[in-house]
Amino acid sequence: MRILVVEDDKDVGAFVVRGLKEAGHVVELADNGRDGLFMAASEAFDAVILDRMLPGGIDGIRLLETLRAQKNTVPVLILSALADVDERVRGLKAGGDDYLTKPFAFAELLARVEALARRGKGEGPVTKLVVEDLELDLLSRQVKRAGQKIDLQPREFRLLEYLMRHAGQVVTRTMLLEGVWDYHFDPQTNVIDVHVSRLRQKVDKPFPTPLIHTVRNAGYMLRADSA
Amino acid sequence: MTGSHAIPPPPLAGGGWGEGEIVQSAAPSASRRLLRSAGFRFAAVYAVLLAVSAAALALFLWWSTAGLLDRQTTAAIQADAQSLSERFATGGLPALVLTIEDRLTQDIEDDAIYLLIDPSGRRIAGNLEHWPQGAAQNGAWYELPIERAGMRSLAVVESFDLPGRFHLLVGRDVQVRAQLRGLLTDALLWALLVVLAMASFGALVVRSLFRRALANVSATAVAIAGGDFTQRVKLSGRGDEFDQLAETINDMLDRMARLMEGVRAVSNAIAHDLRTPITRARARLEDAAVHADTVAELHAAIERATADLDGIVAVFQALLRIAEIEAGSRRAAFATLDVAPVLADVAELYGAVAEEKGIALTVQMPDETTVFGDRELLQQAVANLVDNAVKFSPSGSAVHLSATSSPAGVEIAVADQGPGIPEVDRVRAAERFFRGESARNTPGSGLGLALVQAVAQLHGGSLRMADAGPGLVAALWLPGHEATARGA
Repeated sequence: MRILVVEDDKDVGAFVVRGLKEAGHVVELADNGRDGLFMAASEAFDAVILDRMLPGGIDGIRLLETLRAQKNTVPVLILSALADVDERVRGLKAGGDDYLTKPFAFAELLARVEALARRGKGEGPVTKLVVEDLELDLLSRQVKRAGQKIDLQPREFRLLEYLMRHAGQVVTRTMLLEGVWDYHFDPQTNVIDVHVSRLRQKVDKPFPTPLIHTVRNAGYMLRADSA
Repeated sequence: MTGSHAIPPPPLAGGGWGEGEIVQSAAPSASRRLLRSAGFRFAAVYAVLLAVSAAALALFLWWSTAGLLDRQTTAAIQADAQSLSERFATGGLPALVLTIEDRLTQDIEDDAIYLLIDPSGRRIAGNLEHWPQGAAQNGAWYELPIERAGMRSLAVVESFDLPGRFHLLVGRDVQVRAQLRGLLTDALLWALLVVLAMASFGALVVRSLFRRALANVSATAVAIAGGDFTQRVKLSGRGDEFDQLAETINDMLDRMARLMEGVRAVSNAIAHDLRTPITRARARLEDAAVHADTVAELHAAIERATADLDGIVAVFQALLRIAEIEAGSRRAAFATLDVAPVLADVAELYGAVAEEKGIALTVQMPDETTVFGDRELLQQAVANLVDNAVKFSPSGSAVHLSATSSPAGVEIAVADQGPGIPEVDRVRAAERFFRGESARNTPGSGLGLALVQAVAQLHGGSLRMADAGPGLVAALWLPGHEATARGA
């Protein structure tokens, strides 16, 4: 994927660029708002990682608003030290698709930006999600694996749905909290792990190959091969 | 003066209460400063009002006494002249002379003055020796000194020209009335002087009263500006507007003191509580830099240090979150909401963890529990309470999450059967970074209850902790919509 990073801090910028490149992406870096806007407007990217406080007269919010005013719909992840709820709301209102506060774990950033870039790509309305022999029917709310019906609680169903929609991608605990529970804070206890482990009991345990994998220091991934 | 005028608005700039003596202002001159003094203005207004009303009273008194006498005299003269002219018209000169003489003999008060002269100026009838000088014009009024029976006196007269170039003078001796008027004038002037003196004195009294009422506030403000936060405005105990002002100011000072105390406690806590994980991370990194033999060891040390830093960041985020809540800006996002689904969600989220630990998490709530608040914050507050309960509960015990609704508000209670919090610690349990003895070995930042407390206060409610015997019951009280709207 082609990703644009607009970040003025040299260390953070280099760290993000290196990490994204290692993850197999093509990355461009702009270290001020003016260059960032020029690049975002003139080239095609799959996602933009945007700092808010930028030198060069154009801050992140203005860059984003200008971009959106030009009907540019590139997915934008705002990466900012401004962590207040109000600031988050401002960022999302200006047209941001996701908001991650500094300091951040790279795994979180990578998972979120990949999820953003793939979101809504070519998929029409889906009624059925399939990964390997696992099927999830969104209309009848039924889950089957290898033809065998699996009974899930409503929340387990939504958890599995989220994992399957992001099949092959890393999904962090925070993403699950936000996406499945609509919670925007970190509970002190690792409640998510327990829910995922219960889901595993039902979806993976009775079957020879596991689909839900733990990604160390990052989160979870539902994928077909057990590599 | 009415109450609303008794409390002057503080000046927009320049500081203080306009009391130049107490708060040094940059007034260029003493007179300007005096004019800007609200106390002086009140005193001046008082003095002017008193003087104006006294003057109005004196004028009325004058008009209704001396003025009345004058008017009566004029009316009597006019009536007299009227009847004399009628007599002259019907009976001619002899009848007029007769009438004048008649009148003079019947004049008991001895104040009537008549004089009728012929064209040559000779007296025909009347009690004046000769026509007074200067009283020549027909139908004109004169106030003249006269000489009557060898006595000098003062008279008000009206002169008339009669046919055949006769002249008639009708008047009244007003010597006594003039004396009376003089007395009255003197009395009123003296009274006015007394009133002026009293107005000045009263103005001084008003000014000093005003100053004394404000001096308390000013002295307290000066003391607090100087750093002595224990000072409070003294109340007079009369419960008047100044007392109300003083109470409001004291409430404000109490709140400021609490906030400052909070800030101080937090900065101390940050210094102490963050020092430990920072020291640990630093030690790990330094140790690894010096002693690590393999790349794997180095990696492990860095990873652990990163985890330590993540913990520090989490503490910072929690602190900022609490500060954000306490700042009250979230109140703008308040809406009417049902807490039942919030509780159900939290119970569902923690249900799995509780079950894993062998704890029975039960929920009980009425059908409708409407509050006016911030959904996300309530979610987080309830989650923190349940998180604590589950964390501290032993295996095999129960955690009960319940909501009770009343017209006054909603109480969300979380009861566990854990070790509880000793009574001495309960007051401090919601302080930032406070961790009870039993919690020392449990992971956590000591900020969970502080956040719940902040959320409760933002909603105008409270957090109460009590003994559940055994265990702890933590109750989050949220006042109903009406109460919140009034309180905010």
